[in-house]
Amino acid sequence: MTGAPLLSVEDLEKWFPVRTAGLFARQARLRALDGVSLTVGRGEVVGVVGESGSGKTTLGRAVLRLLAPNAGRILFGGVDITNLSRRAMRPIRPRMQLVFQDPFASLNPRMTVRNIVGAPLVVHRRGDAAERAAAITEALELVGLPRGAAERYPHEFSGGQRQRIGIARALILRPDFLVADEPVSALDVSIQAQVVNLLLELQAHLGLAILFIAHDLAVVGHISDRIAVMYLGRIVEVGPTREVLARPQHPYTEALFAAAPVPDPRRRGQRALLAGDIPSPIDPPSGCAFRTRCRYAQPACAAGRPALREISPGHVTACIRDDLLLGPSPRGAPS
Amino acid sequence: MPGSEPPLLAVEALSVRFRAESGMLTAVDQLSFEVRRGETLAIVGESGSGKSVTSLALMRLLPPAPGCEVSGRVLFRPSGGGPPADLLALAPEGMRRVRGDRIAMVFQEPMTSLNPVHPIGEQIAEALVHHRGASRGAALEAAVRLLERVGIPEPRQRLASYPHQLSGGMRQRVMIAIALSCDPDVLIADEPTTALDVTIQAQILELLADLQRQSGMAVIFITHNLGVVAEIADRVLVLYAGRAMEQAQVLDLFDRPLNPYTTGLLASVPLLDPFAPVRQGLRAIPGNVPDPQRLPPGCAFHPRCTHAVAGRCDSAVPPAEPAGAGRLVRCLRWREIVEGALA
Ligand SMILES: Nc1ncnc2c1ncn2[C@@H]1O[C@H](COP(=O)(O)OP(=O)(O)O)[C@@H](O)[C@H]1O
Ligand SMILES: Nc1ncnc2c1ncn2[C@@H]1O[C@H](COP(=O)(O)OP(=O)(O)O)[C@@H](O)[C@H]1O
Ligand code: SF4
Ligand code: SF4
Ligand SMILES: [Mg+2]
Ligand SMILES: [Mg+2]
Repeated sequence: MTGAPLLSVEDLEKWFPVRTAGLFARQARLRALDGVSLTVGRGEVVGVVGESGSGKTTLGRAVLRLLAPNAGRILFGGVDITNLSRRAMRPIRPRMQLVFQDPFASLNPRMTVRNIVGAPLVVHRRGDAAERAAAITEALELVGLPRGAAERYPHEFSGGQRQRIGIARALILRPDFLVADEPVSALDVSIQAQVVNLLLELQAHLGLAILFIAHDLAVVGHISDRIAVMYLGRIVEVGPTREVLARPQHPYTEALFAAAPVPDPRRRGQRALLAGDIPSPIDPPSGCAFRTRCRYAQPACAAGRPALREISPGHVTACIRDDLLLGPSPRGAPS
Repeated sequence: MPGSEPPLLAVEALSVRFRAESGMLTAVDQLSFEVRRGETLAIVGESGSGKSVTSLALMRLLPPAPGCEVSGRVLFRPSGGGPPADLLALAPEGMRRVRGDRIAMVFQEPMTSLNPVHPIGEQIAEALVHHRGASRGAALEAAVRLLERVGIPEPRQRLASYPHQLSGGMRQRVMIAIALSCDPDVLIADEPTTALDVTIQAQILELLADLQRQSGMAVIFITHNLGVVAEIADRVLVLYAGRAMEQAQVLDLFDRPLNPYTTGLLASVPLLDPFAPVRQGLRAIPGNVPDPQRLPPGCAFHPRCTHAVAGRCDSAVPPAEPAGAGRLVRCLRWREIVEGALA
């Protein structure tokens, strides 16, 4: 990666005011993003993984300025967009787009595919009728939908095809940055593979930068140049994909590996399972937020919040222990 | 491991048809399989392949005729002995005694199967009161033990919790506790981990395996995820468009899939491979899962199959053929394809 990154997030915080449940109900802050720093280079695919509730969606929406952060900075194309007004955001919006997880809920059932895919052109007052029609045809072609698709309605399409419609809509303004929030999680494996491959082709063809959010480490491993692992609103590990997969440095990353089902019945068996659920982001554990579930935790882990420490160029981990030998495959080496 | 004892459950030529706009729709087509004591049969297939309809048919929970027609036999041989009964022919009263007692079920979304306005303790106790005639006090005591068995911390305090106060993983544990309350012979688990994080999924899979080791129950585990199949199954049935494409022991299936659909499904699973080049993409199966109202003629997989031969694969439904070691495969060309792969 050369030059300044396309997107740069610095110490981003986002909290939601909530009331706690139970006898001593009180106003509290739910820390969905608790000091997140991350960059995405031009044309780079960065994967974000973590259990649900770790703050992935909030991060994706915050960097698109679909919700306002409480602290920190977001730089896009060198411009600080953290506090830009709606109006000042207007010229930047078309450059950053979102693909949603749920291809069923995110498309208006009463609109034709033509109007869904063309809507961003209307919103941003791009082109005349003929130019819009041409752009829609091109976008549908780009994502591999048949020509006749334009006049049909979302319910006439399968899940995978609906996700193609969502991608066509996201690409019609020719953005240079895409947030894809679990775009394949709701799809069947055979279709999931089609959509992952489509995103990869489009990425190469259009030079897109993508923040690819998923809870499936294996999918992220197939599409990303770099992987960021999130836990309770914090990034606990970032590194080049092969580095993270071959030499995970954070115990949470290792635990995600251990949990991922391996399609090889000969490797079934003992694995180091993560106990319990992700704690509440209203009262996260002090020090290292992962310590309540970490099999390597020591008293020192409660003392302070671990800073990201560099292991090798671009590979950082927020674990204080440098004496651990973690593996991608806690139940034995890959066969 | 399963021995030569007769199966607990033997499903013979089960078919389920629904009335649809364009006539009858076949959701499950002549499905036959067996499960034995202590055995886990995984039924794997993509969405719409008929997995849930199959499990609802076994439980007799489908809508009544004429909207829905069920045919075939489901022979159940209770572990206590006694002659096998065809569940599809049982009177409603007889079926009520089997359902939730001898055969229990866990669904994908515990939030929709748990009652939101009742504490979980009551809901676990209910089955024991209903099937065993237990007193409320005794049933609640049993509920504490069940919650403990499914790994819920502080089980006694939890009795008073409502479903919304629990995490998704905990709710699924409660569902499993309810299913286990009468010590069933057969547990049907319909995508019990699909809505959960991988970390919680791993916990639930381990729990189910432990419970099965303790009780010897048979498990029919329904999933779309071949990774999960590899973790838990003894035998596997691959379903496509309501038909069994292949049935095999789990090792045989993963070592040497015989049906092209199985091969494609296996190839499209993303692997965690640190040595693979980055951005390498996945092996996809082209096309889409067919709409059961417009099933392709012949082998329903033929529009997506790289081995399909026009005039053969699209003319008649291929028969399920024995392929050694208790395997069954439904493909006109499986022998040629296997020989081709070996050559
Ligand atoms: N609008 C909101 N109000 C209150 N809490 C929220 C809101 N949006 C998200 N959260 C909480 O923020 C945390 C992070 O959520 P999210 O970003 O959706 O995580 P993920 O996408 O990783 O599952 C969760 O605890 C979630 O419940
Ligand atoms: N009550 C019903 N009426 C009509 N069609 C149904 C009904 N229930 C299921 N189907 C159809 O039967 C097929 C199989 O469904 P299902 O068993 O739920 O699939 P799976 O669980 O494998 O995703 C689907 O095409 C579905 O639309
Ligand atoms: S800092 Fe301590 S608790 Fe946190 S991941 Fe490292 S060893 Fe575990
Ligand atoms: S019968 Fe033909 S179309 Fe069907 S799986 Fe075999 S080769 Fe493919
Ligand atoms: Mg999310
Ligand atoms: Mg289903």
